[in-house]
Amino acid sequence: MTLISVRDLAVARGGLRVIESLDFSLSGGQALVLRGPNGSGKTTLLRTLAGLQPAVAGQIDCPPDSIAYAGHADGLKPALTVSENLSFWASVFGGPAIGPALVAMNLTELTARPAHTLSAGQKRRLGLARLMVTGRPLWLLDEPTVSLDSNSVALFAAMLRAHLAAGGAALVATHIDLGLPEAGLLDLTPYRANLTRRDDRPAGFNEAFA
Amino acid sequence: MKALLWRDLQLAIRAGGGFGLSLAFFLIVCTLVPFGVGADGGQLSRIAAGILWVGALLSCLLSLDRIFALDHEDGSLDLLATAPLPLEGMVAIKALAHWLTTGLPLVICSPVLGILLHLPGAAYPWLVLSLTVGTPALSMLGAFGAALTVGLRRGGLLLSLLVLPLYVPTLIFGAETVRRGLMGTEVTTPLVFLAGITFATLALVPFAAAAALRVNLR
Repeated sequence: MTLISVRDLAVARGGLRVIESLDFSLSGGQALVLRGPNGSGKTTLLRTLAGLQPAVAGQIDCPPDSIAYAGHADGLKPALTVSENLSFWASVFGGPAIGPALVAMNLTELTARPAHTLSAGQKRRLGLARLMVTGRPLWLLDEPTVSLDSNSVALFAAMLRAHLAAGGAALVATHIDLGLPEAGLLDLTPYRANLTRRDDRPAGFNEAFA
Repeated sequence: MKALLWRDLQLAIRAGGGFGLSLAFFLIVCTLVPFGVGADGGQLSRIAAGILWVGALLSCLLSLDRIFALDHEDGSLDLLATAPLPLEGMVAIKALAHWLTTGLPLVICSPVLGILLHLPGAAYPWLVLSLTVGTPALSMLGAFGAALTVGLRRGGLLLSLLVLPLYVPTLIFGAETVRRGLMGTEVTTPLVFLAGITFATLALVPFAAAAALRVNLR
Protein backbone atom coordinates (compact mmCIF):
# COMPACT_ATOMS: atom_id res chain seq x y z
CA MET A 1 0.00 0.00 0.00
CA THR A 2 1.38 3.41 -0.92
CA LEU A 3 1.62 5.59 2.17
CA ILE A 4 2.83 8.72 0.48
CA SER A 5 3.45 9.73 -3.09
CA VAL A 6 4.93 13.03 -4.12
CA ARG A 7 4.77 14.44 -7.63
CA ASP A 8 6.67 17.41 -9.00
CA LEU A 9 6.94 18.93 -5.53
CA ALA A 10 8.56 22.31 -4.87
CA VAL A 11 9.09 23.60 -1.34
CA ALA A 12 10.22 27.00 -0.13
CA ARG A 13 11.91 28.34 2.95
CA GLY A 14 11.44 32.02 3.77
CA GLY A 15 9.87 32.64 0.38
CA LEU A 16 12.76 31.10 -1.59
CA ARG A 17 12.41 27.79 -3.37
CA VAL A 18 14.89 25.23 -2.08
CA ILE A 19 13.70 22.02 -3.74
CA GLU A 20 12.01 21.60 -7.12
CA SER A 21 10.52 18.79 -9.23
CA LEU A 22 10.85 16.16 -6.54
CA ASP A 23 9.14 12.82 -7.20
CA PHE A 24 9.12 9.82 -4.94
CA SER A 25 6.74 7.42 -3.26
CA LEU A 26 6.89 5.23 -0.19
CA SER A 27 4.92 2.05 0.52
CA GLY A 28 4.46 0.09 3.72
CA GLY A 29 7.68 -1.61 4.82
CA GLN A 30 9.94 0.87 3.02
CA ALA A 31 12.37 3.35 4.47
CA LEU A 32 14.03 6.18 2.65
CA VAL A 33 17.09 8.06 3.88
CA LEU A 34 17.23 11.72 2.89
CA ARG A 35 20.67 13.05 2.17
CA GLY A 36 21.94 16.44 1.19
CA PRO A 37 24.29 19.11 2.44
CA ASN A 38 23.22 21.62 5.11
CA GLY A 39 20.63 23.99 3.76
CA SER A 40 19.53 21.67 1.00
CA GLY A 41 15.96 21.68 2.32
CA LYS A 42 15.69 18.41 4.24
CA THR A 43 13.87 19.97 7.18
CA THR A 44 11.72 22.14 4.91
CA LEU A 45 10.72 19.08 2.89
CA LEU A 46 9.81 17.09 6.01
CA ARG A 47 7.79 19.99 7.46
CA THR A 48 5.95 20.40 4.16
CA LEU A 49 5.14 16.70 4.00
CA ALA A 50 3.93 16.83 7.61
CA GLY A 51 1.51 19.59 6.61
CA LEU A 52 3.16 22.29 8.74
CA GLN A 53 3.74 24.49 5.72
CA PRO A 54 2.19 24.56 2.27
CA ALA A 55 3.96 23.28 -0.82
CA VAL A 56 4.80 25.87 -3.47
CA ALA A 57 3.93 23.54 -6.31
CA GLY A 58 3.23 19.89 -6.94
CA GLN A 59 1.16 17.27 -5.24
CA ILE A 60 1.44 15.28 -2.02
CA ASP A 61 -0.88 12.29 -1.73
CA CYS A 62 -1.13 10.49 1.55
CA PRO A 63 -4.02 9.10 3.63
CA PRO A 64 -5.26 11.57 6.29
CA ASP A 65 -3.79 11.29 9.80
CA SER A 66 -1.06 8.91 8.72
CA ILE A 67 2.03 10.99 9.50
CA ALA A 68 4.06 11.24 12.69
CA TYR A 69 6.65 14.01 12.55
CA ALA A 70 9.73 14.25 14.76
CA GLY A 71 11.68 17.45 14.37
CA HIS A 72 14.74 18.89 16.07
CA ALA A 73 12.79 19.56 19.27
CA ASP A 74 11.34 16.64 21.19
CA GLY A 75 8.16 18.29 22.46
CA LEU A 76 8.83 17.34 26.07
CA LYS A 77 7.59 19.24 29.09
CA PRO A 78 10.37 19.54 31.68
CA ALA A 79 7.97 19.55 34.62
CA LEU A 80 6.29 16.26 33.62
CA THR A 81 7.77 12.81 34.18
CA VAL A 82 8.84 10.49 31.39
CA SER A 83 5.67 8.42 31.57
CA GLU A 84 3.44 11.51 31.85
CA ASN A 85 5.03 13.03 28.76
CA LEU A 86 4.59 9.81 26.80
CA SER A 87 1.04 9.15 28.04
CA PHE A 88 0.06 12.66 27.00
CA TRP A 89 1.13 12.09 23.41
CA ALA A 90 -0.44 8.63 23.41
CA SER A 91 -3.81 10.07 24.39
CA VAL A 92 -3.56 13.04 22.01
CA PHE A 93 -2.87 10.74 19.08
CA GLY A 94 -5.13 7.98 20.37
CA GLY A 95 -2.26 5.53 19.99
CA PRO A 96 -1.36 2.27 21.74
CA ALA A 97 -0.17 1.84 25.34
CA ILE A 98 3.18 3.35 26.30
CA GLY A 99 4.73 0.15 27.74
CA PRO A 100 6.27 -1.26 24.53
CA ALA A 101 7.64 2.17 23.56
CA LEU A 102 9.37 2.54 26.95
CA VAL A 103 10.92 -0.91 26.54
CA ALA A 104 11.97 -0.27 22.94
CA MET A 105 13.91 2.87 23.79
CA ASN A 106 15.22 1.51 27.14
CA LEU A 107 13.38 4.06 29.27
CA THR A 108 11.70 1.71 31.78
CA GLU A 109 14.03 2.70 34.62
CA LEU A 110 13.42 6.40 34.02
CA THR A 111 9.60 6.46 33.99
CA ALA A 112 9.21 8.44 37.23
CA ARG A 113 11.96 10.97 36.46
CA PRO A 114 10.91 14.51 35.53
CA ALA A 115 12.02 15.28 31.99
CA HIS A 116 14.20 18.21 33.07
CA THR A 117 16.53 15.81 34.88
CA LEU A 118 17.18 13.72 31.75
CA SER A 119 20.36 13.97 29.70
CA ALA A 120 20.20 15.15 26.10
CA GLY A 121 20.40 11.59 24.80
CA GLN A 122 17.71 10.37 27.20
CA LYS A 123 15.42 13.20 26.10
CA ARG A 124 15.98 12.23 22.48
CA ARG A 125 15.15 8.60 23.29
CA LEU A 126 11.91 9.76 24.90
CA GLY A 127 11.18 11.93 21.87
CA LEU A 128 11.66 8.93 19.60
CA ALA A 129 9.58 6.66 21.85
CA ARG A 130 6.74 9.12 21.19
CA LEU A 131 6.67 7.91 17.56
CA MET A 132 5.59 4.45 18.67
CA VAL A 133 2.66 5.75 20.73
CA THR A 134 1.27 7.86 17.88
CA GLY A 135 0.24 4.66 16.13
CA ARG A 136 0.80 6.35 12.77
CA PRO A 137 2.20 4.40 9.82
CA LEU A 138 4.47 7.02 8.24
CA TRP A 139 7.30 8.48 10.29
CA LEU A 140 9.04 11.67 9.14
CA LEU A 141 12.27 11.94 11.10
CA ASP A 142 14.55 14.94 11.11
CA GLU A 143 18.04 14.04 12.36
CA PRO A 144 16.68 11.46 14.81
CA THR A 145 20.09 10.31 16.02
CA VAL A 146 21.40 13.66 17.28
CA SER A 147 22.98 13.21 20.75
CA LEU A 148 22.36 9.44 20.78
CA ASP A 149 25.24 7.08 21.68
CA SER A 150 25.96 4.05 19.51
CA ASN A 151 23.87 1.71 21.69
CA SER A 152 20.90 4.03 21.45
CA VAL A 153 21.34 4.33 17.69
CA ALA A 154 21.14 0.54 17.55
CA LEU A 155 17.98 0.61 19.71
CA PHE A 156 16.51 3.18 17.38
CA ALA A 157 17.43 1.15 14.30
CA ALA A 158 15.76 -1.89 15.87
CA MET A 159 12.63 0.14 16.62
CA LEU A 160 12.58 1.45 13.06
CA ARG A 161 13.01 -2.06 11.66
CA ALA A 162 10.10 -3.34 13.80
CA HIS A 163 7.99 -0.44 12.54
CA LEU A 164 8.82 -1.32 8.92
CA ALA A 165 8.11 -5.00 9.55
CA ALA A 166 4.69 -4.02 10.91
CA GLY A 167 3.87 -2.36 7.59
CA GLY A 168 4.99 1.17 8.44
CA ALA A 169 7.26 3.44 6.44
CA ALA A 170 9.80 6.10 7.33
CA LEU A 171 11.52 9.04 5.72
CA VAL A 172 14.69 9.83 7.64
CA ALA A 173 16.93 12.86 7.21
CA THR A 174 20.28 11.90 8.65
CA HIS A 175 24.00 12.27 8.12
CA ILE A 176 25.08 9.05 9.79
CA ASP A 177 24.76 5.39 8.85
CA LEU A 178 21.73 3.95 10.63
CA GLY A 179 22.65 0.34 9.94
CA LEU A 180 19.60 -0.14 7.75
CA PRO A 181 20.96 -1.62 4.53
CA GLU A 182 17.43 -2.18 3.20
CA ALA A 183 16.64 1.54 3.28
CA GLY A 184 16.65 3.42 -0.01
CA LEU A 185 18.58 6.61 -0.53
CA LEU A 186 17.17 9.94 -1.70
CA ASP A 187 19.80 12.55 -2.41
CA LEU A 188 18.31 16.03 -2.62
CA THR A 189 21.24 17.61 -4.45
CA PRO A 190 19.83 17.06 -7.97
CA TYR A 191 16.50 18.62 -6.97
CA ARG A 192 18.04 21.80 -5.67
CA ALA A 193 16.06 24.82 -6.86
CA ASN A 194 17.69 27.03 -9.43
CA LEU A 195 17.95 30.27 -7.47
CA THR A 196 19.29 32.27 -10.39
CA ARG A 197 15.92 32.04 -12.09
CA ARG A 198 13.95 34.96 -10.70
CA ASP A 199 10.73 34.73 -12.69
CA ASP A 200 9.05 32.85 -9.85
CA ARG A 201 9.05 36.03 -7.80
CA PRO A 202 6.60 38.58 -9.11
CA ALA A 203 7.39 42.27 -8.91
CA GLY A 204 6.71 43.65 -5.45
CA PHE A 205 7.22 40.20 -3.94
CA ASN A 206 6.86 40.38 -0.20
CA GLU A 207 8.30 37.56 1.82
CA ALA A 208 5.73 38.02 4.58
CA PHE A 209 2.96 37.01 2.23
CA ALA A 210 4.80 34.18 0.52
CA MET B 1 -8.77 17.17 24.19
CA LYS B 2 -9.16 16.15 27.82
CA ALA B 3 -5.53 15.09 27.86
CA LEU B 4 -4.39 18.50 26.61
CA LEU B 5 -6.49 20.34 29.19
CA TRP B 6 -5.24 18.09 31.96
CA ARG B 7 -1.62 18.53 30.88
CA ASP B 8 -1.91 22.33 30.76
CA LEU B 9 -3.47 22.41 34.22
CA GLN B 10 -0.77 20.12 35.57
CA LEU B 11 1.97 22.26 34.02
CA ALA B 12 0.46 25.42 35.48
CA ILE B 13 0.30 24.01 38.98
CA ARG B 14 3.76 22.43 39.04
CA ALA B 15 6.94 24.32 39.86
CA GLY B 16 7.63 27.16 37.45
CA GLY B 17 4.16 26.91 35.94
CA GLY B 18 3.16 30.49 36.70
CA PHE B 19 -0.15 29.56 38.33
CA GLY B 20 0.40 31.94 41.23
CA LEU B 21 1.87 34.74 39.12
CA SER B 22 -1.36 36.42 38.02
CA LEU B 23 -2.96 35.95 41.40
CA ALA B 24 0.03 37.46 43.20
CA PHE B 25 0.05 40.40 40.79
CA PHE B 26 -3.67 41.01 41.36
CA LEU B 27 -3.07 40.91 45.10
CA ILE B 28 -0.17 43.36 44.82
CA VAL B 29 -2.14 45.85 42.72
CA CYS B 30 -5.12 45.76 45.07
CA THR B 31 -3.03 46.12 48.23
CA LEU B 32 -0.89 48.94 46.85
CA VAL B 33 -3.74 51.12 45.60
CA PRO B 34 -5.07 52.00 49.12
CA PHE B 35 -1.55 53.09 50.09
CA GLY B 36 -1.25 55.23 46.99
CA VAL B 37 -4.72 56.79 47.12
CA GLY B 38 -4.80 57.37 50.86
CA ALA B 39 -6.91 56.01 53.68
CA ASP B 40 -10.05 57.95 52.76
CA GLY B 41 -12.65 55.17 52.64
CA GLY B 42 -15.16 57.15 50.61
CA GLN B 43 -12.73 57.89 47.84
CA LEU B 44 -11.54 54.27 47.73
CA SER B 45 -15.00 52.81 47.56
CA ARG B 46 -15.80 55.06 44.59
CA ILE B 47 -12.89 53.73 42.54
CA ALA B 48 -12.84 50.16 43.94
CA ALA B 49 -14.83 48.60 41.11
CA GLY B 50 -12.57 50.13 38.48
CA ILE B 51 -9.40 49.14 40.34
CA LEU B 52 -10.56 45.54 40.67
CA TRP B 53 -11.38 45.31 36.98
CA VAL B 54 -8.14 46.95 35.84
CA GLY B 55 -6.18 44.73 38.23
CA ALA B 56 -7.86 41.59 36.89
CA LEU B 57 -7.17 42.69 33.33
CA LEU B 58 -3.50 43.44 33.91
CA SER B 59 -2.86 40.22 35.81
CA CYS B 60 -4.50 38.31 32.99
CA LEU B 61 -2.21 40.08 30.51
CA LEU B 62 0.85 39.04 32.48
CA SER B 63 0.49 35.33 31.77
CA LEU B 64 -0.67 35.49 28.16
CA ASP B 65 2.63 34.80 26.45
CA ARG B 66 2.77 31.43 28.18
CA ILE B 67 -0.24 30.14 26.26
CA PHE B 68 1.66 29.20 23.09
CA ALA B 69 5.26 30.40 23.51
CA LEU B 70 6.43 27.55 25.73
CA ASP B 71 4.85 24.95 23.47
CA HIS B 72 6.47 26.59 20.47
CA GLU B 73 9.93 26.58 22.08
CA ASP B 74 9.96 22.90 22.96
CA GLY B 75 8.40 21.76 19.68
CA SER B 76 5.08 20.62 21.18
CA LEU B 77 3.18 23.06 19.01
CA ASP B 78 4.48 21.45 15.80
CA LEU B 79 3.50 18.04 17.12
CA LEU B 80 0.07 19.24 18.26
CA ALA B 81 -0.47 20.75 14.80
CA THR B 82 0.07 17.31 13.25
CA ALA B 83 -2.18 15.60 15.84
CA PRO B 84 -5.73 14.50 15.00
CA LEU B 85 -7.06 17.32 17.21
CA PRO B 86 -8.03 20.30 15.02
CA LEU B 87 -5.98 23.42 15.66
CA GLU B 88 -9.16 25.36 16.46
CA GLY B 89 -10.01 22.89 19.20
CA MET B 90 -6.49 23.11 20.54
CA VAL B 91 -6.74 26.92 20.76
CA ALA B 92 -10.07 26.68 22.59
CA ILE B 93 -8.68 24.14 25.06
CA LYS B 94 -5.56 26.15 25.76
CA ALA B 95 -7.62 29.32 26.30
CA LEU B 96 -9.89 27.36 28.64
CA ALA B 97 -6.85 26.11 30.57
CA HIS B 98 -5.58 29.69 30.78
CA TRP B 99 -8.93 30.86 32.14
CA LEU B 100 -9.08 28.04 34.70
CA THR B 101 -5.60 28.88 35.99
CA THR B 102 -5.80 32.70 35.91
CA GLY B 103 -9.34 34.01 35.34
CA LEU B 104 -11.15 31.69 37.74
CA PRO B 105 -8.78 32.28 40.69
CA LEU B 106 -9.14 36.04 40.11
CA VAL B 107 -12.93 35.73 40.21
CA ILE B 108 -12.76 33.69 43.41
CA CYS B 109 -10.47 36.03 45.32
CA SER B 110 -11.92 39.30 44.04
CA PRO B 111 -14.52 39.63 46.88
CA VAL B 112 -11.74 39.39 49.49
CA LEU B 113 -9.77 42.13 47.75
CA GLY B 114 -13.02 44.09 47.44
CA ILE B 115 -13.08 44.33 51.24
CA LEU B 116 -9.56 45.70 51.13
CA LEU B 117 -10.72 48.43 48.76
CA HIS B 118 -13.85 49.35 50.75
CA LEU B 119 -16.14 48.09 48.02
CA PRO B 120 -19.72 48.66 49.25
CA GLY B 121 -21.74 45.52 50.01
CA ALA B 122 -24.29 45.94 47.23
CA ALA B 123 -21.57 45.63 44.58
CA TYR B 124 -20.19 42.16 45.48
CA PRO B 125 -22.65 39.99 43.56
CA TRP B 126 -22.20 42.22 40.50
CA LEU B 127 -18.41 42.16 40.83
CA VAL B 128 -18.30 38.37 40.89
CA LEU B 129 -20.90 38.06 38.15
CA SER B 130 -19.24 40.58 35.82
CA LEU B 131 -15.80 39.03 36.31
CA THR B 132 -17.21 35.54 35.71
CA VAL B 133 -18.85 36.68 32.51
CA GLY B 134 -16.00 38.93 31.35
CA THR B 135 -12.75 37.11 32.14
CA PRO B 136 -13.28 34.29 29.57
CA ALA B 137 -13.16 37.01 26.91
CA LEU B 138 -9.81 38.17 28.31
CA SER B 139 -8.39 34.65 27.96
CA MET B 140 -9.80 34.18 24.47
CA LEU B 141 -8.57 37.53 23.14
CA GLY B 142 -5.24 36.84 24.83
CA ALA B 143 -5.00 33.50 23.06
CA PHE B 144 -5.50 35.33 19.76
CA GLY B 145 -2.70 37.78 20.58
CA ALA B 146 -0.46 34.95 21.74
CA ALA B 147 -1.09 33.07 18.50
CA LEU B 148 -0.20 36.14 16.45
CA THR B 149 3.11 36.68 18.25
CA VAL B 150 4.12 33.06 18.86
CA GLY B 151 7.20 32.90 16.68
CA LEU B 152 8.65 36.22 17.81
CA ARG B 153 11.45 36.49 20.29
CA ARG B 154 10.53 38.80 23.16
CA GLY B 155 7.04 39.02 21.71
CA GLY B 156 5.60 40.01 25.08
CA LEU B 157 5.65 43.74 24.43
CA LEU B 158 3.99 43.43 21.04
CA LEU B 159 1.48 41.02 22.54
CA SER B 160 0.47 43.55 25.23
CA LEU B 161 0.14 46.33 22.69
CA LEU B 162 -1.98 44.17 20.39
CA VAL B 163 -4.24 42.85 23.09
CA LEU B 164 -4.82 45.94 25.25
CA PRO B 165 -7.13 47.75 22.79
CA LEU B 166 -9.12 44.54 22.39
CA TYR B 167 -9.55 44.42 26.16
CA VAL B 168 -11.02 47.92 26.40
CA PRO B 169 -14.69 47.06 25.64
CA THR B 170 -14.64 44.24 28.19
CA LEU B 171 -13.19 46.61 30.78
CA ILE B 172 -15.75 49.33 30.06
CA PHE B 173 -18.79 47.09 30.27
CA GLY B 174 -17.40 45.04 33.18
CA ALA B 175 -16.65 48.05 35.37
CA GLU B 176 -19.91 49.71 34.31
CA THR B 177 -21.88 46.65 35.44
CA VAL B 178 -20.35 46.85 38.92
CA ARG B 179 -20.82 50.62 39.12
CA ARG B 180 -24.50 50.40 38.18
CA GLY B 181 -25.02 47.50 40.55
CA LEU B 182 -23.51 49.63 43.27
CA MET B 183 -25.83 52.55 42.56
CA GLY B 184 -28.83 50.26 42.30
CA THR B 185 -29.63 51.27 38.73
CA GLU B 186 -30.38 48.94 35.88
CA VAL B 187 -27.44 46.62 35.02
CA THR B 188 -28.89 44.58 32.18
CA THR B 189 -27.45 46.65 29.33
CA PRO B 190 -23.73 46.53 30.25
CA LEU B 191 -24.05 42.93 31.41
CA VAL B 192 -25.62 41.87 28.13
CA PHE B 193 -22.91 43.67 26.19
CA LEU B 194 -20.25 42.00 28.35
CA ALA B 195 -21.77 38.58 27.72
CA GLY B 196 -22.06 39.42 24.04
CA ILE B 197 -18.34 40.19 23.79
CA THR B 198 -17.48 36.96 25.58
CA PHE B 199 -19.70 34.85 23.34
CA ALA B 200 -18.37 36.57 20.22
CA THR B 201 -14.77 35.82 21.23
CA LEU B 202 -15.70 32.23 22.09
CA ALA B 203 -17.16 31.82 18.62
CA LEU B 204 -14.57 33.66 16.53
CA VAL B 205 -11.20 33.52 18.27
CA PRO B 206 -10.51 29.78 17.86
CA PHE B 207 -10.66 30.18 14.08
CA ALA B 208 -8.69 33.44 13.97
CA ALA B 209 -6.03 32.16 16.36
CA ALA B 210 -5.71 28.83 14.51
CA ALA B 211 -5.21 30.71 11.25
CA ALA B 212 -2.52 32.87 12.88
CA LEU B 213 -0.81 29.76 14.26
CA ARG B 214 -0.79 28.11 10.83
CA VAL B 215 1.01 31.12 9.38
CA ASN B 216 3.48 31.29 12.27
CA LEU B 217 4.34 27.59 12.11
CA ARG B 218 5.60 27.80 8.53
